Parts: sequence; structure tokens; C-alpha cells
Amino acid sequence: MQIYLPIAEVSVNAFLLLGLGGLVGILSGMFGVGGGFLMTPLLFFIGIPPPVAVATEAVQIVASSFSGVLAHLRRKTVDLRMGTVLLIGGLTGAAVGVVLFNYLKSLGQVDLLVKLCYVVFLGIIGGLMFVESWRAIRRAKQVNAPPVRRKHGLVHALPLKMKFRVSGLYISVIPPLLVGLLVGILAAIMGVGGGFIMVPAMIYLLGMPTKVVIGTSLFQIIFVTAFTTMLHATTNYTVDIVLAVLLLVGGVIGAQIGTRIGVKMKAEQLRILLAIMVLLVCGKLALDLLLVPSELYSLGAGGGH
Amino acid sequence: MLRLIAALFLMVSPLAAEEIVLGLSRDEVAITATFNGSDVMIFGAVKRDAPAPNGGPLEVIITLSGPLEPVLVRRKERVLGIWANTDAVEVDEAPSFYAVATSAPMRDVLTSVEDLRYGISIPRVIRSVGAPSDVENAETFTEALIRIRAAAGLYQVLDSQVDMEEETLFRGQITLPAALTEGNYSAHIFLTRDGVVVDDYETDIAVFKAGLERWLYEMSRNQPFWYGIMSLMIAISAGWLASAAFRIFQR
Repeated sequence: MQIYLPIAEVSVNAFLLLGLGGLVGILSGMFGVGGGFLMTPLLFFIGIPPPVAVATEAVQIVASSFSGVLAHLRRKTVDLRMGTVLLIGGLTGAAVGVVLFNYLKSLGQVDLLVKLCYVVFLGIIGGLMFVESWRAIRRAKQVNAPPVRRKHGLVHALPLKMKFRVSGLYISVIPPLLVGLLVGILAAIMGVGGGFIMVPAMIYLLGMPTKVVIGTSLFQIIFVTAFTTMLHATTNYTVDIVLAVLLLVGGVIGAQIGTRIGVKMKAEQLRILLAIMVLLVCGKLALDLLLVPSELYSLGAGGGH
Repeated sequence: MLRLIAALFLMVSPLAAEEIVLGLSRDEVAITATFNGSDVMIFGAVKRDAPAPNGGPLEVIITLSGPLEPVLVRRKERVLGIWANTDAVEVDEAPSFYAVATSAPMRDVLTSVEDLRYGISIPRVIRSVGAPSDVENAETFTEALIRIRAAAGLYQVLDSQVDMEEETLFRGQITLPAALTEGNYSAHIFLTRDGVVVDDYETDIAVFKAGLERWLYEMSRNQPFWYGIMSLMIAISAGWLASAAFRIFQR
């Protein structure tokens, strides 16, 4: 069934969008990522204009994250206190990121920068996570392996300590604030919720348990993407609500299914799957930059000088 | 020789006037939620005050053009091993949609001089005043624009696809694609003899969003803040609904 999208001004198959939404929703619920880094390229591929794809994707992320967070709240796997601290940093970072984005846009190479950002960050994060979770799985198989003790690093030496009971942490608020800020900046530049950076950062930099990380990440993604949605809607008029509804119907259902799958899996398995997915997207984007494109020319709206 | 005939013909043509009487299957196209492209039938007859003059057969060219707008064409080049946009050329005016249908192969129907004068074939419709002097092969940008839009079904060349009967009745059909932009589309019909335009006629077809599409579009432009809030409310309530539904389902 074809549906004409009022803002994107293209006609698309409704069932295809429902399916895509569902697929990305499942991943979102499983891994605590918004799924923007997957969905945005998919939308480009089916012919949605990039500005509309990026803006509308934010609406879908709000929906599927909210759906996922409700499921996690019932399981008490959301650290609201940690989420709030991350969010304060995240919103500040997003505001800085938007300013930075507009500056880069005026220089004219923002597309390339966004893609390079994707390749570099996805590559680093995916690679590190893959190696770490691979080792964890190997260790789990050796019965008599000594348990790994957490080191008391910088995270514990800083002032302004706070108790995060759900995560079982007693650490300074400075590292989570910084993590939130950095992710916020990157999220605004790359046009995503930032879950795929936030999740590994919480696991490896803050030392939070994987089970809590997912719910907490979803919690803060809701607010960051809601903020992004409003920015896009009021400045670029690129939020296509019909497209959003089609995507989010699939997305919210997928998120519920994904959450249930995620709970049944081991933390290392979850992490290695996320790592593989991140590396696949990274590889695809890197190939796009390196291989000879089939069409060297591209069209954009004129009159903008 | 051809020019001489053409010149002679121009002098003669006001006397042996051949005029277009036109009909359209529709003079407006409403884009609704289920819009999936649309066919526009353009038909008409040739009115004559005198018997048809001697010379080549009478031919018809039908063009349908979307609104003209500037387009920025970018070219990728390899920089340090990475494909990046380097040069860009702004094409001053290009139609968002353009179809040209003829009753015989284009080269038999229209001389290039007349094409230049009336702006009928696709390359003649696109106006590019000049590329920046530091860009090499600037004309390839216009070619790329035509190639990309033709691949998307937005630029159509329908050679020999207008039916012409008894040099009097003609009929052509143009299919508008599903991905259509709003605006006033102009249908332009040319009668030619020996490659020279004898008469032309222009009429508008309004293409506009209707119903819910119209309402949402207007709201996104006029009340962007509330449009954003509305989007978020829909997102939140859908998220809650799915979560609640799954809870009931699991009990």
C-alpha cells in the first residue's frame, strides 16, 4: 500500500516502513540504542530526503525508547539518578553540538564530516566492545578462571561523590556529566540519539552493570531526541509526522519484543552482538567512502548561497 | 535550403492559420495520502480557416512542466582516498518535473533553431547562466541533473507517443510519478510543420496537496512548535500504548 508523505513529498510503501520500524525497534529494546544509526541510512536508501529522514527518525526514537523504558522500569533496571546526571550533560552537549553543526554547515563539508564521525566512532567502539566481550565469553567458559576485580581508577578519586544505588556505584558525578556532554555533542552532529556511544561509555568508563545500562540509556535518549525533534520541527520544518507514525507503530512493538529477548540473554552475548552490528554499519559506511560511487553527482536544493 | 523553406513558411503561416483547440482529462491533480501517481490525458483538435497548406505533415509536441526552481549539483572527487563532494554548480532554473511527448521522432518534428527559440527539449528548458570559472566541464553538471531526474522518472522523453489522426485530432498521455511536488504545472502544446512551430497553446494544471496532507503541511509551516509537540505526544502515547498492550498480553 503506497502512502504519500506530506513533508518528504515522496510516495512510499506503508508495509515496508512498518517492517523497518519493527526491526529497528527490536534492536532498540535489546541493546538500549535508539537505532538512529541504523534507521537513518535505511531511510536514505528508500528515497526519503536526508534532512527529513534525520528529523523524523528522532520522533521514532522517542516512541520506541519510551516503550522500552516502561518495560525496563517495571523490571527496576533503570538508574533514574544516573540517567538524570547523564541527561544534564547530554542536553548541554546537544546545544553545543547544534551550534557546532551549523558552523560546519556554513563551511560546506558537513556531510563528509558526519560520515567520517560515524566511521571513526563506530569503528573504535565496535572494535573495543568486540574484543572485550569476546574475552569475557572465553573467560566464562574457563571454570577455574580467577574473577576480575574492578580497579579503583580516576572515577573513584574525583570529588562530588554520589551514590547510584541501582547501578551499585559510589562515584563522582563529574565522569557521568562529561560522558553525557560528549555524547550530546556527537549526537547532535551525527543526528542520532547517541545510544551506541552512550552504552559502551557507561559499561567501560563508568563501570555500570550491562542490565542497568540499557534502561538508563533509553531513559536519557528519550529527552535528548525529544529536544532534537523540537529543534528540527521549528527550524527546518523537516519532521514528517506521517512517516514518523508508520515507523513508530512498528518501532514500539519491536521495542517490547526486543526488551524481552534482551532480558533472556547473557550480558556478554548482548555486548558482542551489539559490537558486531556496530562494526557492520561501520564497514558499510567506510566502503561508501572508499569505493567509486555509481553516480558521482548529487542534487541539492539551490538558491541557498 | 531548409532555412529558406522555413522562412517562406513563416511568412505564409498567418494566412493559412492552424489553431489548437485543447481538452484536458483533468486541470488539477490533488495529492492525497494514497496518491500514487496520476495520468494526465492531453487531447485536442486543429482548427483551420483554410485547407491544410502544402509541405510536410503536421506534427504535435506536448510538454508538461513542473515549477522551475534552482538546483545545486555537486560532484564527488577522490580526496586522500575518500570520495567527497568537491565542485558544485548551481543550475539557475530547472523544472521539478518535465515530460515532452511528440507525434514523431524529435529530430523530424522540431528544428534546433525553433527548439532554442521556444525552449522545448529537456536541455533547452534547463537554464544555467554560468558555472564558477574554477569548475571544469561545467556542462557535465547539467547532464548529470538530467540523467538523475530521468532515472527517477521526473524527466521523460516520449518520442512518437502522441497519436495524430488526419492531421486534425491528437491525443497524448503523460504519467505523473508518485513523488510529485506541489505547484502550477504548465501544459504546452506546439503544432509544427517542417520543424517550424505553427501555433502553440499553454494551459495550467494545478498540483496541490489535499485533505490531511494539506492540513499537516500547513501546520508544520505555520505552527511548527505545536506541530513538534503533537509529534512528540503521538510518539509518547504510542510508546505507552504498546507497553500497556504487551503487559495485558503477557498476563
